[in-house]
Amino acid sequence: MSNANEQMAARYKNNFLKEIEEQAEMGEWVKMCMQCGVCSGSCPTNFHPGWDHPPQEIFMMIRAGKREEVLTSNSMWMCTSCYNCYVRCPRKLPITHIMHGIAEYAYRLGVAPKFQPTLHLSQTFWNNCTKTGRVNEVKLTQSLYFKDGFMAGIKKGLEMKDVALGLVKAKRLNIMEALGGGHKCKDIKGIQAMLAKAKELEAKRKAAKAAA
Amino acid sequence: MTSVVATNQTILVVGGGISGMTAALEAAETGKQVVLVERNPWLGGRTAQLYRYFPKMCHPTCGLEINLRRLKANPRIQVLTLAEVTGISGTKGDYSVTVKLTPRHVNENCTACGDCGKAVSAEIDDAFNYNLGKIKAAYLPHSMAYPQRYVIDRSIVGTPEADKAKAACKYGAIDLEQQEEVVSLKAGAIVWATGWKPYDAEKITPYRYGEFPNVITNVEFERLADPHGPTGGKILRPSDGREAKNVAFIQCAGSRDENHLRHCSRFCCMGSLKQTHYVQEAYGDAGKSTIYYIDIRAIDRFEDFYAKVKANPNVSFIKSKVARISQDKDQNPVLWGVNTEGYKRYSNPHDLVVLAVGMEPSVKGVDIPAEVMADSSGFIMADPANAGIFGAGCATNALDVNRAVQSATAAALRAIQVVNKVARAEA
Repeated sequence: MSNANEQMAARYKNNFLKEIEEQAEMGEWVKMCMQCGVCSGSCPTNFHPGWDHPPQEIFMMIRAGKREEVLTSNSMWMCTSCYNCYVRCPRKLPITHIMHGIAEYAYRLGVAPKFQPTLHLSQTFWNNCTKTGRVNEVKLTQSLYFKDGFMAGIKKGLEMKDVALGLVKAKRLNIMEALGGGHKCKDIKGIQAMLAKAKELEAKRKAAKAAA
Repeated sequence: MTSVVATNQTILVVGGGISGMTAALEAAETGKQVVLVERNPWLGGRTAQLYRYFPKMCHPTCGLEINLRRLKANPRIQVLTLAEVTGISGTKGDYSVTVKLTPRHVNENCTACGDCGKAVSAEIDDAFNYNLGKIKAAYLPHSMAYPQRYVIDRSIVGTPEADKAKAACKYGAIDLEQQEEVVSLKAGAIVWATGWKPYDAEKITPYRYGEFPNVITNVEFERLADPHGPTGGKILRPSDGREAKNVAFIQCAGSRDENHLRHCSRFCCMGSLKQTHYVQEAYGDAGKSTIYYIDIRAIDRFEDFYAKVKANPNVSFIKSKVARISQDKDQNPVLWGVNTEGYKRYSNPHDLVVLAVGMEPSVKGVDIPAEVMADSSGFIMADPANAGIFGAGCATNALDVNRAVQSATAAALRAIQVVNKVARAEA
């Protein structure tokens, strides 16, 4: 348990709903859920194994104060952002955004599930694309495929080779980028300055919320 | 020309459904002059289109018969059918109203013998049965229609079909020369009782109404169960005419939904609970009903009715708003969703799906020719600025028949007070 997590847990003691409302982005919507279940039923990932709790169950768990179960759940990370739930919700809850808000909050507290593929992809993608302002597709795929070991990476790569060849033919993938470099923005410094500023503003806003 | 006797002590009632009829009767029976305006060629509105009422499971024909008898016996009510109010001017106690009359092309000589209907071969949609079938273009809207007179549909007027109907009539009741006319009348107070319409189920796109034949609405299901309906009272699937023994009801189809109707329509829970009786009566223990619901709102004394349905082993309840409907190769609708009691995923096939669609006020999006206030769902509200116009029944709120009648009586009482003041001022 990280320090930030313990602080928040102590501060909101028995009111996890309030914690989510105040600290997680879009968390103020959670209380509007009327538990109809249309979001869960609409979720394309919901009829496949692999994720713990559908959105409306997560919302109920938040109200029930199941802090640890919610924050360490993989559910928010499984959201594919298809927005089915968002458009069908009879109360117009921005469910997709709420899920992302809770995921981000769990990450910030350092309690998000380790080795969760979405989390891993998000981080890798971010590091990859902020470096040059453009994504180096070869390196991004490499780091994803080989995350579970060398043999697993080779196997995955062979599985996907037809897709890769197609991308190469369509000039969407440049094999040479495996060596480094690759395409980039004209003004890398400008992009990085902009991102740094955005990060600073966000950190300030969230620190203010956490300190309030 | 149609002549209407009306003064500024007359009460105008707009809409001849259960609310309008009640308001008109209550006012007339206290001695007031009433003009009752109805858009359809018959009175009774959507109540007449029900098979049975809840909670007593009696037939609306019974209640309507009593009201029609009161109406026929009362010389103070003038009924205008096929009529629409097009303009209102003036103020409380002194309104001038224009009413557009569409020709029926059948006069009071009609005995409802039906010869014109036999002579005509052209067909039109059966509006009384929610367009589930076709009827002849010379028709009696339904068996209990008041006035008990045939209607010549305007689509055949000017064609040889209409001439056939005229030739077949032994009583000289068919008048093809009738023209649309506009009459003006005075009124001291107005009761606006234009009722409701079922929410357009096609707008709820995941339920594929209009695309899948075996997905129907609750109002259509009433007509299927009614012996006077298109199937003669048999509950059959529209796709293949097979008996529908495994029926699903989807509650809140459109209601309580910010994307559709914001309000709870109030009657649909009881409506579906009632309709499970139709399935049970038709097929006994072979008839299974499943109600998919968010929560059952069987308000106040209806709880008892709910408890009885719940005790029926042939009726099951699944706490879930259905997410979407697909169709298997036999055109069985398959319902997909998550049961929120235990978070169990389901994909259940049924023979027939009934969408419990909600109430949308008829006044919504319609230009009422007077200033009235409406709430966020389009129901009209009491407007102090226009103190002589009163809403009644489902024009003011989502109500069942019982509550609509109460609302109409209240509106009649308010209208009576206005014309009483006019009478005192003139005395």
